[in-house]
Amino acid sequence: MAKWGLRLAALAYLLFLLVLPVGLVFWRTFQHGLSPVWHQLTEPDALHAFQVTLKVAILAVILNTVFGVLVAVLVVRHEFPGKRLLNAFIDLPLAVSPVVVGLALILVYGKFSSFGGWLADRGIQVIFSLPGMVMATIFVSLPLVVREVAPVLEEIGIEQEQAAWTLGAGPVQTFRRVTLPAIRWALAYGVVLTLARSLGEFGAIAVVSGRFVGKTQTLTLYVEQQFQNFNVAGAYAASFVLAFIAVVILVVMNVLRPKEEEA
Amino acid sequence: MGVGLAMVYLSLIVLIPLAAVVWKSTDGGLSGFWRSVSNPEAWAALRLTVVASLLVAVINVVFGTLIAWVLVRDDFPGKRVVNGLIDLPFALPTIVAGLVLLALYGPQTPIGINLAYTRLAVLVALLFVTLPFVVRTVQPVLMELDRDMEEAAASLGAGNLTIFRRVVLPNLVPAILAGTALSFARAIAEFGSTVLISGNIPLKTQVSAVQIFGQIESDNRTGAAAVATVLLVVALAVIVALDVIKRWSARRG
Repeated sequence: MAKWGLRLAALAYLLFLLVLPVGLVFWRTFQHGLSPVWHQLTEPDALHAFQVTLKVAILAVILNTVFGVLVAVLVVRHEFPGKRLLNAFIDLPLAVSPVVVGLALILVYGKFSSFGGWLADRGIQVIFSLPGMVMATIFVSLPLVVREVAPVLEEIGIEQEQAAWTLGAGPVQTFRRVTLPAIRWALAYGVVLTLARSLGEFGAIAVVSGRFVGKTQTLTLYVEQQFQNFNVAGAYAASFVLAFIAVVILVVMNVLRPKEEEA
Repeated sequence: MGVGLAMVYLSLIVLIPLAAVVWKSTDGGLSGFWRSVSNPEAWAALRLTVVASLLVAVINVVFGTLIAWVLVRDDFPGKRVVNGLIDLPFALPTIVAGLVLLALYGPQTPIGINLAYTRLAVLVALLFVTLPFVVRTVQPVLMELDRDMEEAAASLGAGNLTIFRRVVLPNLVPAILAGTALSFARAIAEFGSTVLISGNIPLKTQVSAVQIFGQIESDNRTGAAAVATVLLVVALAVIVALDVIKRWSARRG
């Protein structure tokens, strides 16, 4: 009896918070068939927003993957002054509000600031353009790769790497042939998490991009703008694309997780 | 060299900009900072943010633990799908989360519950985005938990509720606390999901992140930085609290 009550309460909570709202938007999106959705998604602004989103996300994912592996190796394998501090700072971005991230970046790189002004004089525009958007995305997804890779590095130990060293392998070869294969699932998991976060970022991007339609507008910004302009069908169609990517990412994550445990 | 590179990357993107926020917040001195934070609009937003986040934390303790329990100890058809769904709020962009909630609980509601532009709507949005935290921290601990102790308690005549309260719960407390701290921190910082559904009515449904956004838009960067600094301090406090919880639970074994 109690068992049924608990199950019912848990499922009802999930139903009303998660399943019904998502299901309803899905249904409303396709209520008149596929062609109106296709029509909305092939609008020039929507296509452009999709391109901008991909460009920003891919750049952020590449940079954070390189940085993430580097920091994970440093924190697990090396001793250096300030290590504890670096370790503590890595998690910081997860706790900072996206809007504060945006504010922080415009305060340093905006045209009105001294550094941003200096850059602007040299023709480098960071805020209201791609570099600022990439930086904002890097900021919000910074710890994701490190936090997946570091524990695995810790667990595999250094015997294999030492063996490679004694057999005459250089650092690059050791990393490529020994370390990388050992961390590959954790790395893949971290990359997928970073990608999900990057594609979905809204607040920080809203501040640093200036939200110029057809220029710096990402897909999430497009959803908001379409909704505010009373084009609900357009907002729903773009939301569907984002939600679809989210579900694909979830499935990929579930495939990656058990493999990591077997390794 | 790697250390230097990592530090430069971290400094340019995270540390210097965050320091700039704190620095900017003191532009008008300490009294200016206080004025920015205590003006009615900013203060109301901060109060709503903190109160709503605390409520969200409490609700997550109850329902997060309950869902984790059902997912580990119960068995029913479709359990794997339900388990997969839990992560959806992490993968779904926050603006889409807001849109989706507005569809069910907005003016066009098919179930007759219109929460749009109310404080309750803010609460629902925060509950949506924080759903996975407690579930995902409690679930693994519950899976590892040895059933022997519970069986021993049952054989000694303890009822289900007593077993849960005296045997299971003490083992879950560190995980529940960690998950709760994470969901509190997330709720304090949340922006995207509340933008559409709250209507951003100053003094009523506007949370701090949205209020900061408004200040940036109207070029009041000092005021924005002051409230942002308050949020940063809260975020730091949560990180420290999490660290303390981790050490504490490690010591308890």
